[in-house]
Amino acid sequence: MAEIHLESVTKRFGDVAAVQDIDLVVQDGEFVVLLGPTGAGKTTTLRLIAGLEKPTEGRVLIGGHDAAPRSPAERDVAFVFQQYSLYPHLSVYDNLAFPLRAPVRRQSREDIHKAVERVARMLRIDHKLENRATRLSGGEMQRVAIGRALVRQPSVYLMDEPLSSLDAKLRSELRLELQHIQRDLGATMLYVTHDQIEAMTMATRIGVLDHGRLVQIGTPREIYESPRNTYVATRLGMPAINLLPAGAFAGAAMPPGTTLIGARTEHIVVDRGQGGGPRARVEWIEHLGDQNHLHLVMGDHRLVTLVGADTNLSVGDELQVSLRRPLFFAADGERIAA
Amino acid sequence: MSSASTTAHSVVEPSANSKRLAGFLVILYAVISMIPLAWIFATGWKTPPDSISYPPKVVFDPSLEGYCNLFTTRTRQTQDYIEAQGPPQGACDEVTRKREMVIAGPSNYVPRFINSLIIAFGSTFLAVALGVLSAYAFSRFKIPLADDLLFFILSTRMMPPIAVAIPIYLMYRELGLSDSALGMILLYTAVNVSLAVWLLKGFIDEIPREYEEAAMIDGYTRLHAFFKVVLPQAATGIAATAIFCLIFAWNEYAFAVLLTSGRAQTAPPFIPTIIGEGGMDWPAVGAGTTLFLIPIVVFTVLLRKHLLRGITFGAVRK
Ligand SMILES: Nc1ncnc2c1ncn2[C@@H]1O[C@H](COP(=O)(O)OP(=O)(O)O)[C@@H](O)[C@H]1O
Ligand SMILES: [Mg+2]
Repeated sequence: MAEIHLESVTKRFGDVAAVQDIDLVVQDGEFVVLLGPTGAGKTTTLRLIAGLEKPTEGRVLIGGHDAAPRSPAERDVAFVFQQYSLYPHLSVYDNLAFPLRAPVRRQSREDIHKAVERVARMLRIDHKLENRATRLSGGEMQRVAIGRALVRQPSVYLMDEPLSSLDAKLRSELRLELQHIQRDLGATMLYVTHDQIEAMTMATRIGVLDHGRLVQIGTPREIYESPRNTYVATRLGMPAINLLPAGAFAGAAMPPGTTLIGARTEHIVVDRGQGGGPRARVEWIEHLGDQNHLHLVMGDHRLVTLVGADTNLSVGDELQVSLRRPLFFAADGERIAA
Repeated sequence: MSSASTTAHSVVEPSANSKRLAGFLVILYAVISMIPLAWIFATGWKTPPDSISYPPKVVFDPSLEGYCNLFTTRTRQTQDYIEAQGPPQGACDEVTRKREMVIAGPSNYVPRFINSLIIAFGSTFLAVALGVLSAYAFSRFKIPLADDLLFFILSTRMMPPIAVAIPIYLMYRELGLSDSALGMILLYTAVNVSLAVWLLKGFIDEIPREYEEAAMIDGYTRLHAFFKVVLPQAATGIAATAIFCLIFAWNEYAFAVLLTSGRAQTAPPFIPTIIGEGGMDWPAVGAGTTLFLIPIVVFTVLLRKHLLRGITFGAVRK
């Protein structure tokens, strides 16, 4: 395993800057998740590291060495693609064995067989080894794709939204499996996704991408509790953070310069009290089974928060809203420490 | 691939009647197309008088004479000379003697047929090999003036090849390529390669480049990835292209007449030169033509599982 180092890396396609001036270090054995919406530059970042694209500016270092002179094959990385992940003309077994049969490795037939069997058991696809790759369900295909990366011990694993095409149940299963595998192998992993749950649950550190820029990087807790700006704040949390103008809570204490208040559900306290705080009306209650999303109208503003499943609130109820240690943002969107 | 996009126009199953009508039309067309072939096949088994009798004979006694005459040359001899030869050696000898002739030696059909095989398969292999390499380059790399180059390649097919027959004839004479297998292979390759590049580029464009990229990350060079990942997935396109190239090279007549006469002559110009006693030897021509059809049929049958998808040019996807 090895660390990855991006030094002021920029990649432009014509006028489009897919990746802009990114500095990033992925430590040996670390699980870093880059989070960003479609078009944020996630795939491009991975392709730059794998050597499928050349940076317009900046350097990529793998294991302390400049990767520029090395071809993708020589960089010793494993890549799980977002789609087209399996060779359609090969069986599952041959797909898994493919990286081990590469000229740069030249492993013996028995070693290849052992490695394929091990990975197939680990991902529970050992009963499908003889199948054509195209005769698998989506979940099985994705397991094989991940297996093709895990079958060798590269210096770093790059994963491009490997779970995005799966249904929710499989996704949560594979999420757990990936975490276990990463920990057991001590693998260096750079994983990109637009799914905040994947980022929160798996990452040692999360990096948030916005239009090719790395806006913030830190532990999931840091990113969640101390987002650098409103963009990062809106990336995490379900329901999404409520951004309200400071005027909506005129009486509350807030640092100078605050123009926006960011209230996550845990920052919001609602009760039927008659204090002097701002009041809101229950507009809608979404039942999610184990909990409820409470949609509130507060003057001109709306906010969404969580209440327990056993709530006795109903549509039209008038409530008092108060905030407990919310986030504060300045006019430019940057967070102001309380 | 989702099937929704390709089956959208046929959401309603055709009715049983329209299916029956379609089936009938297909069979009718097949029968009409097969009649000349069946007639050629039958002619090969007739005697020369049967082959030109009027009204034409549909029912006749099969004879080996056509095939015997195809493979041999014969000389007319006196009855005494023939009797002095002792008993006939095999079926062909017997047929020949009935016509008061003896077999003088083998005909040129077999060497001409072998020339055809060498030239057609050789040029097909070259055209497809060159085509797949350049199609890959056009598909995957940024090539300066790629569109103009592709147009130029296509433009070589815009006039009928025979229009340049005279310059090629003169050029070949200067270069010593006249009446040589190499010359014919190069010529047919040159004609076919533009078709091959265009057809194959379409097929290779459809193969997502992620597969090669995955292979290159898995430790393969681009060349390895090309052979291990691109070629197998282009098999359909390669098969379809090869059949088109082979059919052209196998059937080509005009250049073959012009540029070959002896050593390198192919079967198409040879077959019409088979002349028997008193004019064309139609049974021998029928036999020669029947045998001439076999390689294309065999090749097409061998590659048929690739063809159905191949000749629809990727329109049918699963
Ligand atoms: N090969 C390319 N040519 C031109 N533009 C590209 C290319 N690859 C990516 N881009 C552009 O770069 C931006 C980032 O793309 P990408 O890295 O694929 O984002 P993500 O994976 O986060 O969805 C997008 O605007 C995309 O259109
Ligand atoms: Mg992407």
